[in-house]
This record gives sequence, C-alpha cells and structure tokens, in this order.
Amino acid sequence: MLDYLPLILAGTLAAATPLIFAGLGELVAERSGVINLGVEGMMLIGAIAGFAAAAETGHGAAIGLPAGALAGAAAAAVFGFFALSLAANQAACGLALTIFGIGLSAFIGQHYVSYSLPGLQPVVVPLLSDIPLLGPVLFKQDWVVYLSLAAFALVAWTLAKTRLGLLLKAVGEAPEAAHAIGYPVIAIRYGAVVFGGAMAGIAGAYLSTVYTPLWVQNMSAGRGWIAVALVVFATWKPTRLLLGAYLFGFVTILQFHAQGLGLQVPVQLLAALPYLATIVVLVLISRDRKLLQLNLPASLGKPFLP
Amino acid sequence: MHPTEPRLQLLHITKRYPSVVANDDVSLSVMPGEIHAILGENGAGKSTLMKIIYGAVKADAGEMLWNGQQVAIANPAQARKLGIGMVFQHFSLFETLTVVENIALVLDEPFDLAALALRVKEVSERYGLPLDPHRLVHSLSVGERQRVEIVRCLLQDPKLLILDEPTSVLTPQAVQKLFETLRRLAAEGVAILYISHKLHEIQSLCDSATIMRGGKVTGEAIPREETPATLARLMIGRELPVCEAPPYHGLVRPVLQVERLSLTSDDPFGTELKEVSLTVNAGEIVGIAGISGNGQAELLAALSGEATVDRETIWLDGEAVGHLDAGRRRDRGLVFVPEERLGRGAVPALSLARNALLTGHRQGMKHWGLVAFDKAQAFAEQCIARFDVRCGGPGAAARSLSGGNLQKFIVGREIMLAPKLMIVAQPTWGVDVGAAAFLRQTLLDLSRSGVAILVISEELEELFEISDRIAVLAAGRLSATQPRAQADAESVGLQMSGLFNEAETSNAPA
Amino acid sequence: MHLLEPRAQPSQLMRWTAPLIAIAATLLVGSLLFWALGKSPLESFHVFFVEPLTSGYGWSELLIKACPLILIAQGLAIGFKARIYNIGAEGQLIMGALFGGGIGIFYGDSGSAWVLPAMVVAGALGGALWGAIPALLKTRFNAEETLTTLMLTYIATFILSYLMHGAWRDPEGMNFPQSVMFADAALFGLLAEGFRINSSLWIVIFAVLAFWLFNARSFLAYRLEVGGQAPAAARYAGFPAKQTVWFSLVVSGMTAGLAGVGEIAGPVGQLNLNISPGYGFAAIIVAYLGRLHALGIVLAGTLMALIYLGGEAAQLSLQMPAAITGIFQGMLLFFLLGADAFIDNRLRRRAR
Repeated sequence: MLDYLPLILAGTLAAATPLIFAGLGELVAERSGVINLGVEGMMLIGAIAGFAAAAETGHGAAIGLPAGALAGAAAAAVFGFFALSLAANQAACGLALTIFGIGLSAFIGQHYVSYSLPGLQPVVVPLLSDIPLLGPVLFKQDWVVYLSLAAFALVAWTLAKTRLGLLLKAVGEAPEAAHAIGYPVIAIRYGAVVFGGAMAGIAGAYLSTVYTPLWVQNMSAGRGWIAVALVVFATWKPTRLLLGAYLFGFVTILQFHAQGLGLQVPVQLLAALPYLATIVVLVLISRDRKLLQLNLPASLGKPFLP
Repeated sequence: MHPTEPRLQLLHITKRYPSVVANDDVSLSVMPGEIHAILGENGAGKSTLMKIIYGAVKADAGEMLWNGQQVAIANPAQARKLGIGMVFQHFSLFETLTVVENIALVLDEPFDLAALALRVKEVSERYGLPLDPHRLVHSLSVGERQRVEIVRCLLQDPKLLILDEPTSVLTPQAVQKLFETLRRLAAEGVAILYISHKLHEIQSLCDSATIMRGGKVTGEAIPREETPATLARLMIGRELPVCEAPPYHGLVRPVLQVERLSLTSDDPFGTELKEVSLTVNAGEIVGIAGISGNGQAELLAALSGEATVDRETIWLDGEAVGHLDAGRRRDRGLVFVPEERLGRGAVPALSLARNALLTGHRQGMKHWGLVAFDKAQAFAEQCIARFDVRCGGPGAAARSLSGGNLQKFIVGREIMLAPKLMIVAQPTWGVDVGAAAFLRQTLLDLSRSGVAILVISEELEELFEISDRIAVLAAGRLSATQPRAQADAESVGLQMSGLFNEAETSNAPA
Repeated sequence: MHLLEPRAQPSQLMRWTAPLIAIAATLLVGSLLFWALGKSPLESFHVFFVEPLTSGYGWSELLIKACPLILIAQGLAIGFKARIYNIGAEGQLIMGALFGGGIGIFYGDSGSAWVLPAMVVAGALGGALWGAIPALLKTRFNAEETLTTLMLTYIATFILSYLMHGAWRDPEGMNFPQSVMFADAALFGLLAEGFRINSSLWIVIFAVLAFWLFNARSFLAYRLEVGGQAPAAARYAGFPAKQTVWFSLVVSGMTAGLAGVGEIAGPVGQLNLNISPGYGFAAIIVAYLGRLHALGIVLAGTLMALIYLGGEAAQLSLQMPAAITGIFQGMLLFFLLGADAFIDNRLRRRAR
C-alpha cells in the first residue's frame, strides 16, 4: 500500500490538472453570470488543435498548449455570439457547442489517429524532489502541472483582490445595475467566456499532448462536464475548486491502482467511479440550498439584453 | 451667488421605443442651487428622460447643454465625470458586495478599499447619513441602501443630482431627513432634479416643476403657488378621482385568523416572521403598511399557501389551513393578487384566456384532465368586459397589457372566483391614476359584499383611503391593528421604523 | 455587442420560420465546409440529402432512424416545456435496452408471444428508472438535472460495457463485447420483405398521437408549461413543482427506454456497445427544431434521420468521416437558437 502512495499521489496531480484549467475557466465565466455547458466541446477542440499543432511542428506541448488555448477561445467566442450577442438560451448553446466540438474534433482527428507524440519530461526541482514520499510527488512533475497552480493563484488573486474581480462579481450578480452605472456588461461577459474557453482549450491540449500524448476520439471522456460540476461543488470559490479537482484526480487514478491494491472490482465499474462521485458531490453540496443561493451568481444563466 | 447660466438645459429631446414614444419633444432647464421637480404619472416618460441625461439611454433627437455648452453624453461614466450623480429608484447596488465595494465600482480612481472606506465614513457623517462601509448591502435596510446611493454620488462632488422616486421606500420621518439633506446640497449650489408623482412632497420641497404626461411636457409651474388639484390636472388631465367607502351591513365574522405565525425565510436575504397575529373579518378591508423587505414577501407566501406553515397558525373561515398548499387554500375560498403581475399573477407569454385558466380552472374549465378552452375563453371575455380591461381581446398575451390593465384583469379574475377572502399586495403599484381609483373602488365594493380583504401596501395614502383598520409590518413583526379613524400618518410612520407594541394574540375584531 | 432589442409583440412568423432559417444557414455553412475540403458542394449535397432517398430501401432506413429520434424527442419536449433539461436520454436509452435486452437474451428462445411485449414494458421501465434517479436527486436534494442526467449516461455506458464484457457476452462470439443475436420471439416483425422497417413503427405512431393530444388538450401539459415559463406563477396557482420534475423525467426516460428496445429488438437485433449513434443527444435538437410540438417533432426527426443517413453515405462515397454528422447537428442547434432570438427581439436600431 505504502509503495503505491507516491505513485497514486503523483498521478492525482496530473489527472487533476485538466480539471483545474477547465474548472477555473468555467468558474470565471459563471462568476460573470454565464453558464457555458460547452466545456466538454471546447476541451475536445483544444485537444485536437493542440495535438495537430504539436504533431505538425514537432514542438510538443510548448506549441500544443497555446494552440489549444486559441482554439478553445475561438470556440467560446462562437458560443458568446449566440448566448451573449443574441441572448439565446445559455444551456442550449453550451450543448450545441459540445455536440459541435465532439463532431469537429473527431472530423479533424481522423488524420491523426495513428500519430503519437513524445510527451513531456518531468521538471525535477533539485533537493526538494529528494524529500522522501512527498518530494517526487510535488517536485517531479511536468511544467504544465506547475502552470496549473500558477493559473489558480492568478485567478484567485484577481477575483479576491482586484477591481476586475469585483466587477466580474457585480456583473454576475446584477447585470442591470452594472449596466445602469455604466459598465459594458456584454463585453465583460465576452471576456470571461473567452477566458473560460482558452482555459478549457489548455485543459484539452494537456490531455492530448502530455497526459496521454496521442489522439483518441472523445478523449476528454466527460471531464468537461465534471469541471462544470466542480464549479458548483466549489460554490464558485477557486480554492475549493482546486481541492475538488484533486479529489477527482484521486478518484480517477484510483481505478488504475485498484487491482494492485487488491480490490476485485471489474474495470468497467471502477471506470464509472468519477461520474458516480460527481453525482455524490453534487448532491452533497446542492442539498444545502442556502449555501448555494448565497454563493450562486444571481444572474447565472439568465440572458441579458440592455 | 447669482448664476445666470442654467446648469443643465434640455432642448427638444425625443426617444422612441418599438411600442411607445417615451419622450416627445421634451425641454427643460435647471439652475445651480435649484430643486426642480419632474412631475408625472407612471409611464409619463420621466425615468427615460433621466436615463438620457445620465447617458444610460441615447436620445433619438434633441440637444443637451451643460453650463451653456453643448454636450453629448455617451455613457454614465462620462455623465459622472461632468458631475452628474443619480440615485436610482430600483437601486443599482450589488447585494453581495459591501458598501465600500459598491462605491469603489463607480469611482474612477485607483483601487484602494481601505482609503475609500475612511472617506465614505467621513462624507456620510458630514451629511448626516451614517453608514458602516464594511457592511454587506443585503444586510442593509432600504433606507440605508438609499444612503449608499446618495453617498456614492456625493463622493464624486456632484454638480447635478438626479433622484428617481426616492421616497417610495421611506417612512415619513425618513422623507423629512432626506429633504433636509437635499436642501443643504442645494444651498451648496448643487442643482437637483427630483422625480416624483407625489404632489405634497413636491410642494414642500421643490422650487419649480416640469409636468409630463404621455411623454410630453404638459406644463411648468412653481409648486408652492399651485394647489394639489391644479397640479393633478396638469399631471393627469383631470381632477383626482376619489373613492367612496359605504358602510357594511352584513354579518361580521372572522374569515382570516392568524395566530403567532413564525416563519424562517428560505431566501438567505429574506426576513424572518416573528409571531404575527391578525384577524380579518367579512366586510372589511385590513391594511398592512410597511416598507417592502420587512417580511411582506414572507407573510404573503405564508398566507397564500405558496409557503406552508404549521397547521394551527392560520384559519380560513374557521378551518386550520396553515399546512395546506396554495391550491388547497384556493379550494376553500382564498384568492390572491400578488405584487408581481408578470411572472407570478400571470404568465407573460400566455394569452389572457390561458391566464384565466391559471386560477380559474376550478370554475368547470376541465373535464377528465382535459381543458375546455372555450370555457376559459368565455371567462376571460367576461372578465375583460366586467372590469374594463383595455386589451386586444382574450387572445392578447399578458405582457402586451399595460400595468393597470393587467392588474384589472388579475383582480377581476380573482373576484370572479367568488372568494371569501382576498389578499392583495401593492394593488396599484405602477398603475395610472385612473386605473388606481377604479381598482380601489372595486376592492371597497367587494368588501361590502361580505368578502374579507387584506391589503399589503407601501403607499400609506392608499391604505388610509380604503382600509377599515391598519397595522404595520416592520422587521418581521406585526403591530396591533388600529381603526383608520384613530391612525395618522405620523404614528404609522413611527411604527414603520419598528417602534410599536406587537399585537396581542387575542386580536379582537374592531 | 448587443445586437438586439425587444419587439413590442413576439413574432409568430419567426416562431415557425426559425427552423427553416436554421436549416438554410446550416446548409450554407455546410456547403462552405465542403467547398473548403475541395468537394463540390452540389455533388456533396446530392450524396448527403438526395441519394439516400432514391430507393425504397433508403426510405425504410430513413424511417428506422427517424423512429427513435421522434420517440425520444416527444418525451424530452414535455420536460423542455417545463424547463426540465434532461440531457441524458442516451443513458436512459441504454438502460431501456439493457432491461429489455435481458429478457431477450434469457427468454427469447422460449418462443413465447409474451417475450416481445415483456421486453417493451421492461425497456420502458428501465428508461423510466434511469430518469427517476435524477428526479429524486432534484426533488429531494436540489441537484441540477442537467449534470446528473449526463453523469448517469456515462454510468449507463459502463454498465453496458461491463455486461457486454462479462455475464451477458455471447459465449460463442469470439470474445467480442456483444450478446447473442435475439431469437425471432424477441424481435419486432418486419413490415415488408427486404426492408428493415418493423412493427415498432406502430408504437411510434401511437406515441405521436398520444403526445399530440396530451400537449394540445391536457391540463397537466398546461401546468408543465406554466411551471417552465413562470415558476412563481405555478407556485402562485398551487401547481406542485415536484410533480412536474418527476413527470418530466420519468416520461422522457420512458420514451428513451422504449427507443432503446426498438433498436435492439429491431435493426440491431442484439445487445452491443453501439446500440445508439447518439440518438439521445440528437433528439434534444429534434425536440427544439420541432418547436416542442408533437407533429413538428415528426418533421424534425425525419430531417435529423436524413442527416444521419447522409453522414453514412458521405462516408462511403466522399470518404468523409462520419463525424460530419455531429458538426451538422451542432451547427443546426446553434443556428436554431440564433434564429429563435428573433422571435422576441429584433435587430437594434442605432440611435443617432
């Protein structure tokens, strides 16, 4: 058991990384009052864009991640046009984006089915990585894992300490009031949504260029939806989102080590675990209506027409 | 100081919307230090005009002069830069942010909450508007929220202050305090535009007035030299209608009894009801005064059955009904006219016939689970004719009606259900004067036919006009009722700020 | 950035032409796509939308694909009217197929006339059960049905995969993850020799009529509509909200479950990992495209079936990945939502 622990914990960090990116992006979008259920689609678009860029240039994740971010942002802008400029039903627009993203990524991915990429070497922090047990877990990861922590710090700081963070919260809570005192509500929401798309794109590109460096159709396998659920679980707070992502990373990794740990559960049922866990955490958090209402951006999902 | 140049001058402002001309060739001017009233009914175009001045809405035509210079105000930020401050009717505050965060969002200066908090404290104390900068807005009373809006303007050193119906949410005493602040600002040279439909307020506060009706300017006046009647004629084009309250000769028996009703709100920003007791008898109208947010929403939900409570707290015609939902209480003779007409009293996109079905389905409109749409149609037609609802017929969507006509339809629909008890919230909110008088008379006539009526309203004058007894709801507690003849605005106003002894549980019928 | 302003009156014209505008826009962008890929748009459209219908067999295939889409969309439309967003019909379809399929595997050989009816009932129950779980989670714990229905879809997929790799695998199937082929007693009878269209068509026709009557005349449908458009008005009138949630999710689960049985006891003829090419998701688009109206859904379902057929044809004749179907579906929903915005709004006129 103890032998497995560092392996499991290290795997947890990697498995949580796409959830952190996608979740933080969705959190920012939802803070501004927009629910984008297209995270799964944006992740897949980011994944194929990142993979294609990495495969064509031979530069791996260094080019794959920015390409994924751009593609995700572009997909989010399309969502924004319908859900913000035309004030269409946000939930349905997100669904359209997911269906579209699954189709588009599979369509483009057709050319890359047999490719594989080299992946990333871990960045070993000298000395610290020699700490027994925790050292290899925390200080022997690929650079994208560290980047996810930087992204977390940036988002948490912006939301808590800056005028921009305050403004996002204001727009998400009462767009009419924000409009009345002169803020461009739609432009701010576009910004939040496009940021969310870029983050989902990075999450997807991480999957296809680092996590499992090859292209598989539908490879995000519901992680985009889990990221959306995580935002609810986190009650729209970045720190709780980070913890939730690690919890899910752990559950995801557990299935690969279950047999080694002596658990005799069929693989297919173990694979269902993250999805079951999503339902469980949703139920746990949603049953406290007051907590949810206190933290929910009040205008979430409601179209705004000035 | 003898200024010669108007601070603000509007020339021939016009604004059209798809369904209405909100402003039609409107001109006015206001001098520094002048308190200028914009007087008009709901829907006269006052709010649109103010939004144009504040840059939130663009005019289709017309000019604006600021200190004699022509200006085009593109957005509120630019208006604020010029020195225009605005106190909104429905406050433009963010509930989950603190006072100082709310203020920081409109100030065009480096982001430093700690320093700003000190300034907020200083300015608010200087003008007698005490505020704790670190309180969350949702925990503030309505009056305190208005202070936040005013202080927010004051911090920007305003040259022109616009207030949109500022007193609709204030107790009479708080109105006097507001007037003191405004007079002081005027004395300091600030020009003030004061929007209202309340004649006596304008007469006591304002130096001059522009009167609007249907988007047009119908007159200019020095309010102190006019009488309420002459102002009203300019505002609505005829005399103010009055209601008649004939005596009731029927049997007096309690129809609604509430005893020690307590309710914790589901809404984290709601108000808790504390041991509310009340009786409403057949043949009378009981009015509940108070400012919204003091438990009105919770009390209405508990009485209508939208929220259920303990069985033995509410009696309808002698039967304990606290545990029954809205539908079951309606089966027993309760009807309800809520404050929100669109979205609660009626479904906006559905036709009047389908909205008749909403509560009227009990009148034989369904058989074996299928709807008899012809009966709903007939019901709606009858309601439209009997209650003078101006609309495009029973097929018209609820949202296509004006506020007053939709209210007539909803009140009419509920009356046609032959109730024993009617609960009405804000019966004439946002309704024009003619329709308001019609609605009040309708309620009076209904009560005299033996129906018990409970009216919850923010408009004290309205309650004094139609109620037989009046109580006050403040901070979730209900005062004892007093007969109208013994109540006066002064004492009710004091009670609205929470100064009263609660009702005894033996709330004896008057 | 705000392009719209509200109309004084919602446009009835737009309400009914929006689907046509959406289809036209999809075709337009689609032809750009074909052109960019170096294919002639005209020829591509011929392959996509005309060729599949040039034979009687093609029409039969169209019906086979339209049936599940129409059936599922009827159920979903009930929920969408009440703003209950069941997006997990795919999972409910799988559960219906599993419940019905279990009977088919273990009792099909009995040859009894009761096998097929039992499969139909079991399938409806299985789908309803998978819809009832999110209903319970929503009414009891306030959990969003969008996310729970979707998560349950993944879980259903894994249950199917588990059974196909284990207990229910065909012992003589060379380890392929699939069940035995069903006996005749566990299959819908074919309607005509040489075509795959079968007697499950009658179930669909019956369902369309039942849903049409329900939508047009029932008080319950009115209550659902009020609950969806104005929840406060539903509370005000005393319509129980929980009942709406239960009814919407159980009924839509049931129709999806029935569609699942239709697949396995029809064209598929066994349980395997590919019993549905995403019908549960496509039916969401069908419901909206059909204006949540029982007869509109029939038209929309037929169109969506054609997109599926066209996708298959494009794969064969144009060497295009079948994923193009998903691209068309996503675009169609986007354009429909965009066109729908013009029912209540119009383009903003700039103030001078």
